[in-house]
Amino acid sequence: MSDEDFIRIDRVTKRFGNVVAVDDANLSIRRGEFFSLLGPSGCGKTTLLRMIAGFEFPTQGELYVEGARITDTPPHLRPSNMVFQSYAIFPHLDVFDNIAYGLRRARLKKTELAARVNDALAMIKLEGFGARRVDELSGGQRQRVALARALVCRPKVLLLDEPLGALDKRLRESMQIELRQLQKSVGITFVFVTHDQEEALSMSDRIAVMSSGKILQVAAPRLLYEEPNCREVADFIGTINFFDGKVLAPDTVDAGPIGTVHAATADSPGGKTLVALRPEKIVLAADPVPGAIRGKVIATAYLGERSHYTVAIPGREEPIAVSGQNAEKIVAKGHSPGDTVYLSWADGAAVLLPCD
Amino acid sequence: MTTADTTIGGGLTARLAHFYRRSEGARGLVLLTPTMLIMLAALAAPLALLALYSFWTQDGYVLDKTPTLAQYATGIGRATYRELFYRSVEISAVVTLITVLLAYPMAYFVAFRAEKKFIWLILLTIPFWTSYLLRVFTWKLILGYNGVINSGLMSLGIIHQPLELLLYNPTAVVVTLAHAWAAFAILPIYVSLEKIDRSLLEAAADLGDGPIRRFFRITLPLSMPGVIGAAVLIFVPTTGDYITPSLVGGSGGVMIANVIEEQFDKVGNWPLGAALAIASIAAVGIVTLLFVAAMRAAAARIR
Amino acid sequence: MRTGAGRGGVGLLAYAIFYLGFLYVPVLFLPLFSFNDSVFITFPIAGFTTQWYRQMLEDSAMLRALANSLEVGAITAVLSTILGLLAAKALTRYRVPGGNALLAFTSLPLFIPDIVLGISILILLNTLGVPLSLITVIAGHSLICVPFAITVLMSRFDGFDKSLEEASLDLGENGWMTFWRVTYPLALPGIISSLLLTFIVSFDEFLIAYFLAGSDATLPIYIWGQLRFPYKLPAVLALGALILVASTILVVIAEWVRSHGMKDRHKMVGA
Repeated sequence: MSDEDFIRIDRVTKRFGNVVAVDDANLSIRRGEFFSLLGPSGCGKTTLLRMIAGFEFPTQGELYVEGARITDTPPHLRPSNMVFQSYAIFPHLDVFDNIAYGLRRARLKKTELAARVNDALAMIKLEGFGARRVDELSGGQRQRVALARALVCRPKVLLLDEPLGALDKRLRESMQIELRQLQKSVGITFVFVTHDQEEALSMSDRIAVMSSGKILQVAAPRLLYEEPNCREVADFIGTINFFDGKVLAPDTVDAGPIGTVHAATADSPGGKTLVALRPEKIVLAADPVPGAIRGKVIATAYLGERSHYTVAIPGREEPIAVSGQNAEKIVAKGHSPGDTVYLSWADGAAVLLPCD
Repeated sequence: MTTADTTIGGGLTARLAHFYRRSEGARGLVLLTPTMLIMLAALAAPLALLALYSFWTQDGYVLDKTPTLAQYATGIGRATYRELFYRSVEISAVVTLITVLLAYPMAYFVAFRAEKKFIWLILLTIPFWTSYLLRVFTWKLILGYNGVINSGLMSLGIIHQPLELLLYNPTAVVVTLAHAWAAFAILPIYVSLEKIDRSLLEAAADLGDGPIRRFFRITLPLSMPGVIGAAVLIFVPTTGDYITPSLVGGSGGVMIANVIEEQFDKVGNWPLGAALAIASIAAVGIVTLLFVAAMRAAAARIR
Repeated sequence: MRTGAGRGGVGLLAYAIFYLGFLYVPVLFLPLFSFNDSVFITFPIAGFTTQWYRQMLEDSAMLRALANSLEVGAITAVLSTILGLLAAKALTRYRVPGGNALLAFTSLPLFIPDIVLGISILILLNTLGVPLSLITVIAGHSLICVPFAITVLMSRFDGFDKSLEEASLDLGENGWMTFWRVTYPLALPGIISSLLLTFIVSFDEFLIAYFLAGSDATLPIYIWGQLRFPYKLPAVLALGALILVASTILVVIAEWVRSHGMKDRHKMVGA
């Protein structure tokens, strides 16, 4: 076993009756990495996490942690701990006893137990909260208690099932940073389930994108965004424009209304391909630029640090999404609906994807 | 199960343990087993035997086990028994109707208007935890020849002779049952009213419905499950009630349970009693199903 | 929607008070006449006495029947609550194939008249040659109490998150310890109200006990026997008044426990 295969999911399928929740998933998670399972609701990401935790058993396939087969191990004997989506804070216990729950079994000395719980409380910045009733805690505090309760057991793997979903935006963003720092400091492998692509991109070392029970792509955030391997991944992560393309030469594709695009392709000339172009890769100019495509602004949305433009171009029914940084104040000027604009992008900005 | 077979090479016990751990269904069924065994032994087996008995014949002290429909021919064919079925169903239907109609405004009050629901609910349930027997019997004290009403009215000088028409008739049975089963109507209706999301009523008001239309278009249809539940919960046991007709029914208020009891007690004709019991389950079942279907159809017509 | 001060509100309040009167007045005749110094249940009241209570307490048959009923009620309550606990846990926590059908089967006793349940068990016992006793009464009572226990306990189990039990397993406790450390304390209000409810149902049940009791009378059977004798009536009323007081106390405790549990639940959901 190498650190590459710290957790190994080997051809795992899970069926509930006729529904295939996870379909032949293969995955290796590295030791000490922050790994995210990302996908829309119902894609099977939570089922996969619950199989690692031991709350569901695969219909087919095997699971390994550090090379040891855990496929049939009941949850209480697994080297992982979990932070539940609902946090699952025990309502009949106070904060201290919630955190101490997993330690009581180990029959530690009273002083050592208290020391470890207090360390955990300090870690989550809730010193002195031990005697609080859990119904007196805010959402963010409950989330921290759930985190401390799992980490105090010193698991090899921490599983997190959309732990930030219930928090408001601001709190969520600060928790994202805290969680990331915490993971680096404790050095435990985190497996994090989320449907929020920004959250996954900002926190993870690597991300697995799932859809309809299948793992579509596993890659580092930057790679996933810039070099998606299929239309679904490109579409799910961020906004993107698609154009039907025809391969002219190994590095040249005819993308119809937007002209010829240069990008490496394995397809042979004459083959069909999909050209994908991110909105922020497109530069808008008010005046003609050599090689640019002329379009007309249909709608704009001002978002503060950037603006979104919807631009129609001749020969294409579907308008193109363009996003631009508002580097200068645009109180007075800016592209308005009805304006004629010129679209251009750098060589290599587009990605070629296989047709579905 | 194919993986289970390939991954675990061990003996049968190991394979079973493996299957048990992996299958939620298996673990659930194991937990259910004791309850199901008791239900089979105390419910399914006795009912099956009851059905079997209904096809036999009692000949003096001898039980003739030749299958026959004779008991059913007697039970349904004889006018007195048929009359009793009709009367039992009729009395229960009237009781159910009255009880639900009286209980609905009460439940509505607690669900929507009462300030201290908890106190009201306790007040409404306390009388029903006294002995059912005594609750029924108290009506005999009230309606009897020398009872509370007669002696009260006489001491006030309103009447000079005790009224005899109060007790020992179907009306006395209806009044007594309507009182004895009130809680069974209030609670299900209250629960279904309480479940109604208050914003639905605000939405209806926002869309232009006044209070009365709101009630008939939103509140009533959404509380129908509670009303149906209450009606079934009252109709079924009151049709088969024994205590009330015995205590306050007199000869005119005899119900089917009284005759069934006689077959098992004084008369000693168990097969006939069994046939009457099976027929009464069937009658109750059919009427209940028709009622539920009719209520659902009626509720579905509300737009 | 609180328009309690409106015209409809006053009308409803008046109706509610009238309705409470309809429920209570007949029942209150029991304690009223239990203190009446006359064998006859008539107005006007003859005078105050406690002799009926004394007479009742000296009645050894009554005390024996009371002891029998307490015994049957207690055993039935424990038995049906344990069975209800197992079934409720299975039906709320596991995906059991045919779970709804099994649940419908367990609630069947609610939809069959007691007299039919009574005689059918009697026939079975008779066929098997099992002598009638308090044990057979307990069997019959457990049958009708299990649906109540399952209903109460299922709503309690539905009231707390399944992931609380999963969290305990995840933190290293096995199934039994998870039951003791998490499930049991959280289900406790439900368990207590199930015990009280099933006890009261059994304690009050007449018809099934009437068929299955043999020579040992339970309290309702004893009362039924007394109703035929007018001169014994006042003592029965005294007994009824005491049952009324005792069950009022029990119900208030049960409701308090239940609503206390409900509060916990709201906190759990609300947070």
